[in-house]
Amino acid sequence: MAVGKEIKEQITSVKSTQKITSAMEKVAVSKMRRAQLRMDQSRPFADKIRGVIGHLANATSEYRHRYLQERDVKRVGYIVVSSDRGLCGGLNNNMFKRIATQAKDWKAKGVEVDFCAVGAKATLFFNGFGGNVLAATTHLGDAPELSSLIGSVKVMLDAFDDGKIDRLFIVHNRFVNTMTQEPVTEQLLPLKAATDDSLKHHWDYIYEPDAKEILEGLLVRYVESQVYQGVIENNACEQAARMLAMKNATDNAGNMITELNLLYNKARQAAITQEISEIVSGAAAV
Amino acid sequence: MAITVHCDIVSAEESLFGGLVERVIASGQLGDLGIEPGHAALLTPLKPGPVRIVKQGGAEEVIYVSGGYLEVQPNCVTILADTAVRADDVDEAAALEAKKHAEQALENQGADFDYSRALTQLAEAAAQLRTIQQLREKLGKH
Repeated sequence: MAVGKEIKEQITSVKSTQKITSAMEKVAVSKMRRAQLRMDQSRPFADKIRGVIGHLANATSEYRHRYLQERDVKRVGYIVVSSDRGLCGGLNNNMFKRIATQAKDWKAKGVEVDFCAVGAKATLFFNGFGGNVLAATTHLGDAPELSSLIGSVKVMLDAFDDGKIDRLFIVHNRFVNTMTQEPVTEQLLPLKAATDDSLKHHWDYIYEPDAKEILEGLLVRYVESQVYQGVIENNACEQAARMLAMKNATDNAGNMITELNLLYNKARQAAITQEISEIVSGAAAV
Repeated sequence: MAITVHCDIVSAEESLFGGLVERVIASGQLGDLGIEPGHAALLTPLKPGPVRIVKQGGAEEVIYVSGGYLEVQPNCVTILADTAVRADDVDEAAALEAKKHAEQALENQGADFDYSRALTQLAEAAAQLRTIQQLREKLGKH
């Protein structure tokens, strides 16, 4: 029957799209679980290292590391963590909007902003947005490794060491729950030393070889682990956002199919009615 | 039963070990260290190498770490393990790589062509064109 052919084709195409979106949803669900697990696994390291640094900062009070000192702000650095792929709702765009406003605020204060892009979407964003991008890392995959972040972080830390930037922030999405993710900005440098009273009493480590050297190494690792945690958390957010977006897409496709089916049946019925009336009138004429 | 102390071996990516141990043997930067319960508080960098732990009951386990830090407190031993081999020149190379990547991404936009952006721009242009045509038709009719 020629009447419903176009509609039939449209239904088939919507159905195949629905299959893709529902498959993507299922993939995102399982990936999200793994990403959440990874997020929990990386937490103890940051907690432990924070404790040691807090103690070190209190123990060696005569020596203030440059990462712990506040400076006049003339230039700031942002590490922007985004996803590599799209189709995850407004996750990246919400974050980029926030960065744009923050960059504007800094510029209004006469402060320049440098960026470090992590993830393909952030790199693409800065292509259009402009801004001074010092370093970029893309294609981290579903199980990001710390080693692939070391380079980018080092560029930003070097800039801080050379006095090119006076503050370093990280922007990523925070995983509130599977339905909600929100962009957050955290200050990485200068570090706020924990002023914990329990650390004030008199005992100290034996340092082998030297407290300064150890503090130096630990602070770098701490910043790296914070960035890593941001990347991992953003990854979980990406999967959650994609899951939600794909669920909506699948539902919408379902609605569309129902409507198209209705349309198809109506057209079919109309065609049959027309044919019958033609036959009847033809027979009456004879 | 032997005296034990709590030991955690954690890396930035995962927790490698956690539990009660009788002894920890690691290679510190200034030489090999054996940590037993009651050791004085200590903080030292580790060289890449195996960490041997004698668990409660005498079973041994060997975990390889590519460097890191060993922290001893009266009630716990913590090893903050690195996940990658760290050396200044390796880090430097990685930093250069990241810089190069940024420059490439910004200069060479054609290689990683942004299809989604191009599509939206195309759609915008098409919509504008349509509006202009509609306006023309309207004006032509009057």
